[in-house]
Amino acid sequence: MQSSNGRLHGSGGGPESSAESHEDHGTDQRKVRYEDPWYDALASGWGESDGTGVPAPVAPAAREGAAVRARDVYLEVQRSAAFQEVRSRYRRFVVPGVAVFLAWYVGYVITATTAPGFMARPVAGAVNVAMVAGLGQFLTTFLLTWAYSRHARLRRDRAALELRWDTQELTREVRGGEL
Amino acid sequence: MTDRHQTLTLLLFSAFVAVTLGITTWVSRKRHGSAEEFYAGGRLFSPMENGFAIAGDYMSAASFLGVTGLIALFGYDGLLYGVGFLVAWLVVLFLVAELVRNCGRFTLADVLAARMSERPVRIAAGTSSVTVSVLYLVAQMVGAGSLVALLLGRTGGAAQVWTVIGVGALMVIYVSFGGMRATTWIQIVKAVLLLGGTIALTVLVLVRFHGDVDRLLLTAAERSGHGDAFLAPGLKYGGDWTARFDFISLGLALVLGTAGLPHILSRFYTVPTARAARRSVVWSIGLIGGFYLMTIVLGFGAAAIVGPEAVRRSNEAGNTAVPLLALDLGGGADSTGGTVLFAVVAAVAFATILAVVAGITLASSASVAHDLYASLRRRRREPRSEVAVARVAAVGIGVVAIALGLLARDLNVAFLVGLAFAVAASANLPVLLYSLFWRGFTTRGAVWAVYGGLVPALCLVVLSPVVSGSPGALFPGVDFQYFPLQNPGIVSIPLGFLAGWLGTVTSTEVPDEAKHAETEVRSLTGAGAV
Repeated sequence: MQSSNGRLHGSGGGPESSAESHEDHGTDQRKVRYEDPWYDALASGWGESDGTGVPAPVAPAAREGAAVRARDVYLEVQRSAAFQEVRSRYRRFVVPGVAVFLAWYVGYVITATTAPGFMARPVAGAVNVAMVAGLGQFLTTFLLTWAYSRHARLRRDRAALELRWDTQELTREVRGGEL
Repeated sequence: MTDRHQTLTLLLFSAFVAVTLGITTWVSRKRHGSAEEFYAGGRLFSPMENGFAIAGDYMSAASFLGVTGLIALFGYDGLLYGVGFLVAWLVVLFLVAELVRNCGRFTLADVLAARMSERPVRIAAGTSSVTVSVLYLVAQMVGAGSLVALLLGRTGGAAQVWTVIGVGALMVIYVSFGGMRATTWIQIVKAVLLLGGTIALTVLVLVRFHGDVDRLLLTAAERSGHGDAFLAPGLKYGGDWTARFDFISLGLALVLGTAGLPHILSRFYTVPTARAARRSVVWSIGLIGGFYLMTIVLGFGAAAIVGPEAVRRSNEAGNTAVPLLALDLGGGADSTGGTVLFAVVAAVAFATILAVVAGITLASSASVAHDLYASLRRRRREPRSEVAVARVAAVGIGVVAIALGLLARDLNVAFLVGLAFAVAASANLPVLLYSLFWRGFTTRGAVWAVYGGLVPALCLVVLSPVVSGSPGALFPGVDFQYFPLQNPGIVSIPLGFLAGWLGTVTSTEVPDEAKHAETEVRSLTGAGAV
């Protein structure tokens, strides 16, 4: 959890403060400038021209060298313990989650098509096994959605934002040194 | 239907068109013509706004009219559609939404081009995105045409033709003048209208049965003439094994296709962060889930109140179940309440089609301008503004969709939607998942994954009973049907994954460690996200 210890920057009130306050403005938010400090740090050298089809105005040689070193930044971040932690938290939740709901859904579809007799068995009143299973699909979808967003908010968001900050700092340093 | 219905429906629908055109003009007055603005609406929508817009994009007329009609006619088997359409969102939420928001800019191809050699993957992903969009568009246009014929009573071809042309022209205006910002607001308005109409009808059905769902189900089963079988699976897809496999195939396509639909993917770029993308998906799952739960009530309500016989008499496929239900709930064909409710439902259905069509046109014009045009144009020619190309592309796609919509106007709408989902699941999903999660994935793998899903999916459709060899086929006179299923998903989706794997292991290209690191770091943290 505390992978952020010892970092120089402070992220204010954490990811919640800046993102939340912005996102809840609702209707008139287009007038409000986005306050997230990371918003301005657009990635250049991402192998794309900008919208008008004109290449980004950076000296080619400088960009070449910077790009090479920026690649190393990503490799370095990928190997860092903090990133591996975020990644494994994501995977530890998503892999079993996907396996469970896909198996439950495919099982439901196959049972519905191959064993209609079983699905027609009454449970209570007009409600039968098929009805319960169908509504169960809705219920599990809602539950898994809630669980995923809770997991992401509590276990992943803060660490990911720290990493985003660090990575962009590193890339900017590399690029700045070159120019 | 009487003249009063028509007048009121036309009045309400004109009001919707006027409001949406107003939005488009108002929005385009302030635009500054950048690609960011045109494709992504400035990326500053809130999660709630985007959640409503996603729901608006997703809840098409096929769901509102088609699924309720299927439930009214076949009982439980119609409900299976709703389940598939909803569970699909877990795939989007878990595997796609945040990661795609973090490492793309406007289209699916952006995500792939980050790791692979740009030109071939852009051409491949652009081609498959446009194919999926056109299939989906044709479905909506056909739906609009038949809806008009059904609701306004002019079963003659002229009304249908003019509706398809009118819908096409309107969507071209929305998209080319308003871009993503106008399209998003149209989706939001439409989602609110559709949900409002659905809630009102659901409440009226439940009031009719004094809140007793059990009695609603029993009455529906009784009036259907099938008894308890109406409440269990098997009436539509329970026949021979071909029908059963067809249904499993459709089920797979529905659950895996949503994550590959270009107009859904492009919606994630209208919010500022991955976190906001996640929250908009949570919003949309809530809205879509609630919507499909209500369609179950409406479907069984139509069976219980209107009766499957009356529904089938009005439209063989059941597409008019909801309007008929509204007519009855309002007090019958001659009452004011019935007329008003019927007109409202008809206008909402038109609005639905128009909004969905605008969303898809925008996404496919982005694929044409941002992926295909940028990769295919001759190097020495003066590069034109991408947004100008996208506007022209919207017009071109509009014309193609109008032409195909007129050609295919006798095809079943639900089938066309299922087909678009199958192609999306076969061509777009494998390549997207591989490039997000597989370290060793290469350019050749990506290109093979796209074409390896796209080509079999399209070929199997051409060889299926939909095109030839059966009475309801596109060309009933000839017979080149070699594939028994209507939906190719069960074969073409595994083929897409297989082709991607095969292309990767046979390629000599060494996968770029650093680029994979970049994709992985960016997708999970949002570093460098636009």
